[in-house]
Amino acid sequence: MAETKQFFYLNRKAPYGTIYAWESLEVVLIGAAFDQDVSLAFVEDGVYQLTKNQDTTGIGMKNFSPTYAALGDYDIKKVYVEQESLTERGLTLDDLQHLTWEDEDEDWAEKDSITVVSRAEMAALMDAADVVFSF
Amino acid sequence: MPIEVNGKSLEVDEEGYLANINDWEPGVADVMSKEDDLTLTDEHWDIINYLREYYEEYQIAPAVRVLTKAVGKKFGKDKGNSKYLYGLFPYGPAKQACRYAGLPKPTGCV
Repeated sequence: MAETKQFFYLNRKAPYGTIYAWESLEVVLIGAAFDQDVSLAFVEDGVYQLTKNQDTTGIGMKNFSPTYAALGDYDIKKVYVEQESLTERGLTLDDLQHLTWEDEDEDWAEKDSITVVSRAEMAALMDAADVVFSF
Repeated sequence: MPIEVNGKSLEVDEEGYLANINDWEPGVADVMSKEDDLTLTDEHWDIINYLREYYEEYQIAPAVRVLTKAVGKKFGKDKGNSKYLYGLFPYGPAKQACRYAGLPKPTGCV
């Protein structure tokens, strides 16, 4: 049997100026059906994708930010956010959605999905992945 | 071709999914299931209502794997499997139940 590959989805762009953020999320959700080892990373303007209280009424686009909260249902437990990218934009972890997953083996205990990492740690994570998709 | 529900004409896409999710009312599921020669029971409605709640919260339709897990948790372990769901919705829980629930075709539904 083929070994599970480590897939690493790198998100670099703000959520609504381009289609990249939504496309990435769709690919992640589709890919999650195939038992891969999936990590998501948010760097640069990509950190805005996870911010709370998004309101898209002014731009006439669907607010897809609630969909990030579904990632846990898809067994996506590794979401990395780069500290430097947050700091450069005046953001902290508190500005982001609280993403969790439920551990079936521990009576559905809720666990945090987001890990804040440094730029150097992010580079190491990327290096360790088998496949990197950049959006 | 639009479908007729309680005297209203509702747009659907070429695969029969509602064009506008806000057009949905329970009568939509009744009309669509009649076309499929299926009689909706409370068990069907449990799934349809659950799908609508899930979409309301997350803005997507759940993948089958996610749906089966959630159904098992919510309605009992004996129901959390694809055999049970396919028993209710022979054309596929995601495709058929989502269509009855007025949701768009699920992402990644093959």
